Amino acid sequence: MGSRASSLLREEDIEEIKKETGFSHSQITRLYSRFHSLDKGENGALSREDFQRIPELAINPLGDRIINAFFPEGEDQVNFRGFMRTLAHFRPVEDNEKNKDPNSGEPLNSRNNKLLFAFRLYDLDRDDKISRDELLQVLRMMVGVNISDEQLGSIADRTIQEADTNGDMSISFSEFIKVLEKVDVEQKMSIRFLH
Amino acid sequence: AKAILGGSWWLANVLLGMWISVVLALTVLPAMFGLSLGFTDLYIKVLVKTLEWAALRIQRAQKVPKGDSSMEEEIVELRRMHPHPLTGGNFTLCDTFYFCKKGIESIVEDQVTQRFTSEELASWNLLTRTNNNFHYISMRVTIIWGLGVFIRYCILLPLRIILAATGLSWLVIGTTLVGILPNSNVKDRISDLLHITCYRICARGLSAKIHYHNKENHPKKGGICVANHTSPIDIVILANDGCYAMVGQVHGGLMGLIQRSMVRSCPHVWFERSEMKDRHAVAKRLRDHVADKTKQPILIFPEGTCINNTSVMMFKKGSFEIGKTIHPVAIKYDPQFGDAFWNSAKYSMVAYLLRMMTSWAIVCNVWYLPPMSQQDGEDAVNFANRVKSAIAHQGGLVDLSWDGGLKRGKVKESYKEAQQKMYSSMIVGH
Repeated sequence: MGSRASSLLREEDIEEIKKETGFSHSQITRLYSRFHSLDKGENGALSREDFQRIPELAINPLGDRIINAFFPEGEDQVNFRGFMRTLAHFRPVEDNEKNKDPNSGEPLNSRNNKLLFAFRLYDLDRDDKISRDELLQVLRMMVGVNISDEQLGSIADRTIQEADTNGDMSISFSEFIKVLEKVDVEQKMSIRFLH
Repeated sequence: AKAILGGSWWLANVLLGMWISVVLALTVLPAMFGLSLGFTDLYIKVLVKTLEWAALRIQRAQKVPKGDSSMEEEIVELRRMHPHPLTGGNFTLCDTFYFCKKGIESIVEDQVTQRFTSEELASWNLLTRTNNNFHYISMRVTIIWGLGVFIRYCILLPLRIILAATGLSWLVIGTTLVGILPNSNVKDRISDLLHITCYRICARGLSAKIHYHNKENHPKKGGICVANHTSPIDIVILANDGCYAMVGQVHGGLMGLIQRSMVRSCPHVWFERSEMKDRHAVAKRLRDHVADKTKQPILIFPEGTCINNTSVMMFKKGSFEIGKTIHPVAIKYDPQFGDAFWNSAKYSMVAYLLRMMTSWAIVCNVWYLPPMSQQDGEDAVNFANRVKSAIAHQGGLVDLSWDGGLKRGKVKESYKEAQQKMYSSMIVGH
């Protein structure tokens, strides 16, 4: 007996995921159950279609971009490690984590990494810059047919103007961080995970 | 030696025959008169005590109630700390945070896909099938579990199969025979008695303990009864307390045989597959049936598919356009004794029935709600939602607007378009 779904997940794997993502043991087994239930093909990996099957995600205007964030460049499948790594960005920041071992590297759910997640949502071609064109495309996803090209264009122009400090007509990651420095990223880009 | 072997076989056969006769007599006769000998009640009592004694109470984290803030409130919150734009539309780079958060939340847990698989239990009920997240195992629990397996598979299962087979075969034979009689009051009464008896036998075959509430609201002739749908067993549950005209698609095989014989003794509404596509034809047939006050109330499950009994999903408006009194009924199964939900993607009908017959029991509550009618100026969709809310409220189920058809199909684009429209109004302010 024992948990059927997590019997496919070994203790060593759980420990590694724990170290990498900071999730607790029970959170990992719970999310593994969820991963397993989404994996209709039962091949240990999720495809884009598996995500699209979630109705609330399918109607999210940025649904496709969010799904894309799970898949490494050029790949069509994401395994459980990758799934957890991406979800880890949304783990709430706890105070007692601030005094962690400096050699362990920046945690996946740091303010910086949360902002990086959001930045990559805009950066369609992954060249570390948000161009006017990319901004327009993402805006179009969010507003659908309800705003004209001209109006959307001027919104994009104004946004870039405000953020662009080095005059290259695009937004780099450091410019992105600067513009959003007063926004409570830790709270707004975190979700509650049940224990 | 051969004689002894032959003799013992004969003896075994006789004993088996006697045992079956006793069992049938003790269940069939009371079923005909709607009496209960109290076996099932006693069994349930013993079961509850046993489960409590062996129960593993796992502390489950309380579901954190999600803040019910709207898109507008959330995005205004986000923008509060951001320097305000001077001209043009009202857009900020952090607006995407709202959609990200909602998207990731739905990936971790969503309101819809969880309705198409069995409900998780708070504590284990000693059935292997529900043992998903419970790790602690002790010797005493293992022993009780083993005993449970023996009782359920070796004692209860054969008994239940015999009862179910008896109930169904009597239904087929009996209705065919009744069909020979000329139409009359006597025929109707015999048909009703026959239907109820057979359904009661089937209910015994599932060790079903049903508690009916508010019987004064029982659906009347010429009315339409609507209920939430969890499994084909819902029909047995409801038909134990009254006679209904069933509505459904014509099937082949055993189901088809049962359908054809049932309709000989009293009118049911069976549709060919092709007929179901024509909504007007369907509505007309239902309307004609309901207009005849001598016919039994029709039984419809407006969700159109089986849901896992934790929520009620969108009611299709078809039944609510007929214009007659609706009698809502709420059915809630107690998952502690057996999971009644039919996950048709995972189990065939036969596999499902076997699962039912190897559960502890089927325990459920049925509430008859006061009749409802379409109000002036209320369209069918709103009426359907009103009835759905009433049923959800009574049964303690979550009231969802999502379509049960999402079990197999894609969600409509119009929902995404609605979100986009809402967000656009936040940018340009109209």
